[in-house]
Amino acid sequence: MSTLHTVNKSPFEKSSLDACLSRVGAGANVLLLEDGVYAATKGTAVEPRVKQALDSVKLFVLGPDLMARGLSEDRVIDGISVVDYAGFVDLAAENDKVQAWL
Amino acid sequence: MRFAIQVNEGPYQHQASDSAYFFTKTALEKGHEVFRVFFYHDGVNNGSRLTTPPQDDRNIVERWAELGEQHDLDLVVCVAAAQRRGVVDEGEMQRNGKDATNIHPRFRISGLGQLVEAAIQSDRLVVFGD
Repeated sequence: MSTLHTVNKSPFEKSSLDACLSRVGAGANVLLLEDGVYAATKGTAVEPRVKQALDSVKLFVLGPDLMARGLSEDRVIDGISVVDYAGFVDLAAENDKVQAWL
Repeated sequence: MRFAIQVNEGPYQHQASDSAYFFTKTALEKGHEVFRVFFYHDGVNNGSRLTTPPQDDRNIVERWAELGEQHDLDLVVCVAAAQRRGVVDEGEMQRNGKDATNIHPRFRISGLGQLVEAAIQSDRLVVFGD
Protein backbone atom coordinates (compact mmCIF):
# COMPACT_ATOMS: atom_id res chain seq x y z
CA MET A 1 0.00 0.00 0.00
CA SER A 2 1.57 3.24 -1.11
CA THR A 3 0.16 6.71 -0.63
CA LEU A 4 0.81 9.96 -2.44
CA HIS A 5 0.85 12.80 0.10
CA THR A 6 0.33 16.32 -1.23
CA VAL A 7 1.57 19.37 0.68
CA ASN A 8 0.48 22.79 -0.61
CA LYS A 9 1.66 25.07 2.21
CA SER A 10 4.91 26.95 2.55
CA PRO A 11 6.91 25.49 5.47
CA PHE A 12 7.51 29.10 6.55
CA GLU A 13 3.80 29.69 7.02
CA LYS A 14 2.28 26.42 8.19
CA SER A 15 3.55 23.23 9.81
CA SER A 16 1.81 20.84 7.39
CA LEU A 17 5.05 19.66 5.72
CA ASP A 18 6.61 18.85 9.09
CA ALA A 19 3.39 17.13 10.21
CA CYS A 20 3.37 15.11 6.99
CA LEU A 21 7.05 14.11 7.07
CA SER A 22 6.81 13.18 10.77
CA ARG A 23 3.95 10.77 10.17
CA VAL A 24 4.44 9.15 6.78
CA GLY A 25 6.08 5.78 6.65
CA ALA A 26 9.26 4.86 4.79
CA GLY A 27 8.73 4.58 1.05
CA ALA A 28 5.94 7.13 0.95
CA ASN A 29 5.69 9.62 -1.91
CA VAL A 30 5.28 13.31 -1.11
CA LEU A 31 4.42 15.93 -3.75
CA LEU A 32 5.06 19.61 -3.01
CA LEU A 33 2.72 21.94 -4.91
CA GLU A 34 1.39 25.51 -4.73
CA ASP A 35 3.24 27.33 -1.90
CA GLY A 36 4.61 23.96 -0.80
CA VAL A 37 7.25 24.26 -3.53
CA TYR A 38 9.27 26.66 -1.36
CA ALA A 39 10.29 23.65 0.75
CA ALA A 40 12.01 22.14 -2.30
CA THR A 41 14.50 25.00 -2.75
CA LYS A 42 18.13 25.00 -1.65
CA GLY A 43 19.54 27.18 1.09
CA THR A 44 16.47 27.62 3.28
CA ALA A 45 16.05 26.94 6.99
CA VAL A 46 14.06 23.77 6.25
CA GLU A 47 16.60 22.29 3.81
CA PRO A 48 18.19 19.99 6.46
CA ARG A 49 14.73 18.66 7.42
CA VAL A 50 13.87 18.00 3.76
CA LYS A 51 17.23 16.33 3.06
CA GLN A 52 16.77 14.11 6.10
CA ALA A 53 13.33 13.10 4.79
CA LEU A 54 14.87 12.10 1.45
CA ASP A 55 16.58 9.18 3.23
CA SER A 56 13.23 7.44 3.68
CA VAL A 57 10.63 9.05 1.40
CA LYS A 58 10.47 10.13 -2.23
CA LEU A 59 9.90 13.83 -2.76
CA PHE A 60 8.46 15.45 -5.86
CA VAL A 61 7.81 19.11 -6.70
CA LEU A 62 5.33 20.51 -9.23
CA GLY A 63 7.33 22.34 -11.92
CA PRO A 64 4.60 24.77 -13.07
CA ASP A 65 4.18 25.98 -9.46
CA LEU A 66 7.95 26.56 -9.15
CA MET A 67 7.86 28.57 -12.38
CA ALA A 68 4.82 30.57 -11.24
CA ARG A 69 6.88 31.70 -8.24
CA GLY A 70 9.98 32.60 -10.26
CA LEU A 71 11.94 29.61 -8.97
CA SER A 72 14.13 27.85 -11.53
CA GLU A 73 14.66 24.09 -11.41
CA ASP A 74 18.38 24.50 -10.62
CA ARG A 75 17.35 25.80 -7.20
CA VAL A 76 15.69 22.50 -6.34
CA ILE A 77 17.42 20.32 -3.73
CA ASP A 78 19.21 17.33 -5.28
CA GLY A 79 17.13 14.18 -4.97
CA ILE A 80 13.77 15.92 -5.39
CA SER A 81 12.15 15.12 -8.74
CA VAL A 82 10.45 17.91 -10.70
CA VAL A 83 7.17 16.78 -12.30
CA ASP A 84 4.56 18.49 -14.47
CA TYR A 85 0.77 17.96 -14.20
CA ALA A 86 1.08 14.76 -16.26
CA GLY A 87 3.60 13.53 -13.68
CA PHE A 88 1.17 14.52 -10.89
CA VAL A 89 -1.60 12.48 -12.54
CA ASP A 90 0.79 9.52 -12.97
CA LEU A 91 1.75 9.70 -9.28
CA ALA A 92 -1.92 9.78 -8.26
CA ALA A 93 -2.58 6.72 -10.43
CA GLU A 94 0.52 4.76 -9.35
CA ASN A 95 -0.17 5.16 -5.63
CA ASP A 96 -3.13 3.45 -3.97
CA LYS A 97 -4.51 6.68 -2.53
CA VAL A 98 -3.92 10.40 -2.40
CA GLN A 99 -3.85 12.24 0.92
CA ALA A 100 -3.91 16.05 0.90
CA TRP A 101 -2.30 17.69 3.96
CA LEU A 102 -4.54 20.76 3.82
CA MET B 1 -8.36 4.90 -14.07
CA ARG B 2 -11.36 6.69 -12.59
CA PHE B 3 -10.77 9.87 -10.58
CA ALA B 4 -13.03 11.94 -8.35
CA ILE B 5 -12.02 15.53 -7.64
CA GLN B 6 -12.96 17.67 -4.63
CA VAL B 7 -12.49 21.45 -4.68
CA ASN B 8 -12.79 23.25 -1.33
CA GLU B 9 -11.82 26.80 -2.28
CA GLY B 10 -13.38 29.56 -4.36
CA PRO B 11 -11.93 31.06 -7.53
CA TYR B 12 -9.33 33.88 -7.40
CA GLN B 13 -8.87 33.57 -3.63
CA HIS B 14 -6.70 30.46 -3.57
CA GLN B 15 -4.83 28.37 -6.12
CA ALA B 16 -6.83 25.23 -5.28
CA SER B 17 -9.36 25.64 -8.09
CA ASP B 18 -6.57 26.28 -10.64
CA SER B 19 -4.63 23.22 -9.45
CA ALA B 20 -7.76 21.07 -9.54
CA TYR B 21 -8.59 22.31 -13.04
CA PHE B 22 -5.15 21.52 -14.47
CA PHE B 23 -5.09 18.13 -12.73
CA THR B 24 -8.55 17.26 -14.11
CA LYS B 25 -7.71 18.50 -17.62
CA THR B 26 -4.44 16.56 -17.70
CA ALA B 27 -6.04 13.38 -16.34
CA LEU B 28 -8.68 13.55 -19.10
CA GLU B 29 -6.02 14.22 -21.76
CA LYS B 30 -4.14 11.15 -20.57
CA GLY B 31 -7.24 9.04 -21.12
CA HIS B 32 -8.39 8.73 -17.51
CA GLU B 33 -12.02 9.10 -16.51
CA VAL B 34 -13.24 11.80 -14.11
CA PHE B 35 -16.37 10.52 -12.42
CA ARG B 36 -17.30 13.82 -10.79
CA VAL B 37 -15.90 17.16 -9.64
CA PHE B 38 -17.45 18.07 -6.28
CA PHE B 39 -17.33 21.71 -5.18
CA TYR B 40 -17.53 22.04 -1.41
CA HIS B 41 -17.25 24.92 1.12
CA ASP B 42 -16.14 28.14 -0.68
CA GLY B 43 -15.58 25.94 -3.73
CA VAL B 44 -19.26 26.43 -4.59
CA ASN B 45 -18.35 29.92 -5.86
CA ASN B 46 -16.69 28.21 -8.84
CA GLY B 47 -20.23 27.58 -10.11
CA SER B 48 -21.55 31.15 -10.32
CA ARG B 49 -22.25 32.10 -13.93
CA LEU B 50 -22.26 35.81 -12.92
CA THR B 51 -18.50 35.73 -12.35
CA THR B 52 -16.95 38.39 -14.59
CA PRO B 53 -13.15 38.63 -14.32
CA PRO B 54 -11.18 41.22 -16.34
CA GLN B 55 -10.74 40.15 -19.98
CA ASP B 56 -7.00 39.56 -19.60
CA ASP B 57 -7.51 37.22 -16.64
CA ARG B 58 -8.52 33.57 -16.79
CA ASN B 59 -12.25 32.93 -16.44
CA ILE B 60 -12.17 30.12 -13.89
CA VAL B 61 -15.92 29.41 -14.03
CA GLU B 62 -16.08 29.31 -17.83
CA ARG B 63 -12.92 27.22 -17.94
CA TRP B 64 -14.54 24.56 -15.75
CA ALA B 65 -17.74 24.78 -17.79
CA GLU B 66 -15.88 24.35 -21.10
CA LEU B 67 -13.95 21.36 -19.79
CA GLY B 68 -17.26 19.99 -18.53
CA GLU B 69 -18.83 20.47 -21.96
CA GLN B 70 -15.92 18.81 -23.79
CA HIS B 71 -15.84 15.75 -21.56
CA ASP B 72 -19.43 15.64 -20.29
CA LEU B 73 -18.16 16.17 -16.73
CA ASP B 74 -20.49 16.02 -13.74
CA LEU B 75 -19.79 19.34 -11.96
CA VAL B 76 -21.61 19.22 -8.63
CA VAL B 77 -22.00 22.04 -6.11
CA CYS B 78 -22.79 21.15 -2.48
CA VAL B 79 -26.31 22.34 -1.66
CA ALA B 80 -25.75 23.33 2.00
CA ALA B 81 -22.53 25.20 1.16
CA ALA B 82 -24.30 26.84 -1.81
CA GLN B 83 -27.27 28.03 0.27
CA ARG B 84 -24.94 29.71 2.76
CA ARG B 85 -23.08 31.51 -0.02
CA GLY B 86 -26.00 32.44 -2.29
CA VAL B 87 -25.29 30.03 -5.13
CA VAL B 88 -28.81 29.30 -6.39
CA ASP B 89 -30.53 27.23 -9.09
CA GLU B 90 -34.19 27.30 -10.13
CA GLY B 91 -35.28 24.75 -7.52
CA GLU B 92 -33.43 26.44 -4.67
CA MET B 93 -34.77 29.84 -5.73
CA GLN B 94 -38.36 28.64 -5.44
CA ARG B 95 -37.79 26.58 -2.31
CA ASN B 96 -36.16 29.48 -0.46
CA GLY B 97 -38.31 32.28 -1.88
CA LYS B 98 -35.45 34.04 -3.73
CA ASP B 99 -35.83 36.22 -6.82
CA ALA B 100 -32.87 35.08 -8.92
CA THR B 101 -30.57 32.22 -9.84
CA ASN B 102 -26.85 32.35 -10.54
CA ILE B 103 -25.69 28.75 -11.08
CA HIS B 104 -23.87 28.14 -14.35
CA PRO B 105 -25.92 25.75 -16.56
CA ARG B 106 -22.98 23.30 -16.75
CA PHE B 107 -23.07 22.88 -12.95
CA ARG B 108 -25.74 21.30 -10.80
CA ILE B 109 -26.57 21.60 -7.10
CA SER B 110 -26.83 18.40 -5.08
CA GLY B 111 -26.06 16.89 -1.69
CA LEU B 112 -23.02 15.58 0.12
CA GLY B 113 -24.09 12.06 -0.79
CA GLN B 114 -22.72 12.84 -4.26
CA LEU B 115 -19.24 13.24 -2.75
CA VAL B 116 -19.53 9.95 -0.88
CA GLU B 117 -20.76 8.21 -4.02
CA ALA B 118 -17.90 9.71 -6.06
CA ALA B 119 -15.37 8.47 -3.49
CA ILE B 120 -16.88 4.96 -3.58
CA GLN B 121 -17.23 4.76 -7.37
CA SER B 122 -13.76 6.13 -8.16
CA ASP B 123 -10.30 4.60 -7.85
CA ARG B 124 -8.85 7.82 -6.41
CA LEU B 125 -10.29 10.88 -4.69
CA VAL B 126 -7.99 13.87 -5.07
CA VAL B 127 -8.71 16.85 -2.80
CA PHE B 128 -7.69 20.46 -3.50
CA GLY B 129 -8.10 23.18 -0.90
CA ASP B 130 -6.48 25.55 1.55
